[in-house]
Amino acid sequence: MNEQNQQLESLQDVKDIRRLMERSSRFISLSGLSGVAAGVFGLAGAAIARYVVFKDYYAEYSERGHFEGKDFQALKLQLIVLAAGVFAAAFFSAFYFTWRKSNQQGNSLWSAVSKRLFLNLAIPLAAGGLFILGMLQHNEWRFVAPSCLVFYGLALVNASKYTLTDIRYLGYCEIILGLINMQRTGYGLFFWAIGFGVLHIAYGIVMWWKYERVQ
Amino acid sequence: MKNPITGLNKIFDNRIRLGVMSILVVNDEISFNDLKQMLEVTDGNLATHLVSLEENGYIKVHKGFIGRKTNTTYSVTKNGEKAFTDHISALENMIKGIK
Repeated sequence: MNEQNQQLESLQDVKDIRRLMERSSRFISLSGLSGVAAGVFGLAGAAIARYVVFKDYYAEYSERGHFEGKDFQALKLQLIVLAAGVFAAAFFSAFYFTWRKSNQQGNSLWSAVSKRLFLNLAIPLAAGGLFILGMLQHNEWRFVAPSCLVFYGLALVNASKYTLTDIRYLGYCEIILGLINMQRTGYGLFFWAIGFGVLHIAYGIVMWWKYERVQ
Repeated sequence: MKNPITGLNKIFDNRIRLGVMSILVVNDEISFNDLKQMLEVTDGNLATHLVSLEENGYIKVHKGFIGRKTNTTYSVTKNGEKAFTDHISALENMIKGIK
C-alpha cells in the first residue's frame, strides 16, 4: 500500500518536473491561429499590391510608354505604407490569438520566456528591416522580397530555440524560398505571397491541428 | 529486495524545492520574481526553500540591482545538477515498478 502511494507520488513529481522544465524554457502558447491570421493578411496585402496599387502604375506606364521618377516615388511610398499596414494587422492578429491561448493555458504572456523569444525573433528582423530600408535608399528594389524572406526565415530559426520547435521548419522554407526568389527577381510579389501568405496559413493549420484541436 | 526509496533525495521531497530545481536546470539564470510567478508561491515560502537549497550547495545566488531595485537571480551548481539527475533516475526506477 505504502509503496503504491510512493510510486504514484513519483509519477506526479515527474509530470510536474516536465511541465516546469518546458514552461520555464520555452514559450508554448504561440497559437497556430496566429499563423493563419498573419497569412490571410499577407495574402490580402499581396492582392492589394497587385490589383490596386500596381493597376494605376501599369496604366500610366502604358499610356506614356516610359517610367517617370515621380510615379516610381509615389509607388514606393504606397508600397511601404501598405507593407507597414499589413505588418501591423498581422502582428496584432497574431498577438491576439496567442494572448487568447496563453490565457486559456494559464500562462503569462509577458514572462521571462516570451521576452526571450521576442528578443531572439526581433534581432534578425530588425537587422533585416534596416538592411532592406538601406537597399531602398540606394534604389535597389529587386532584392527586397528575397531579403524579407531570408531574414524572416533566419529569425524563425533563431526563435525556434525558445518556442515549439516546429517553427524551425517554417524558417527553413522561408529561407529556401528567399534564395530561389533571389534567382527570379521579377517575381518578388509572387514569392512574397507564397512565403508570408500561403506558408503561414499552412503552418498555422498544421500547428493548430497538432496542438490545439483536442482542447 | 533493494528498497526503491534509497535513491530519492530527501531535499527534493518538497514540491517547491523540486520545482525550483526543474526550472533552474534548463535555464542559465533566473530571477526571484520569475520563479515566484512560475511556481505560484508566496515570497516567504519561496525564500525559505531557496535558502535551504543554497545551504545544501545546490544553487548559487547572485545579488544585483536594476536601478535601485534589487534583482536577485539564481543558477544551479554542478552539485545541484548531479543531485537532481540522480533524483530523477530514482523516480524513473520507482515508476518502472508500476508497470
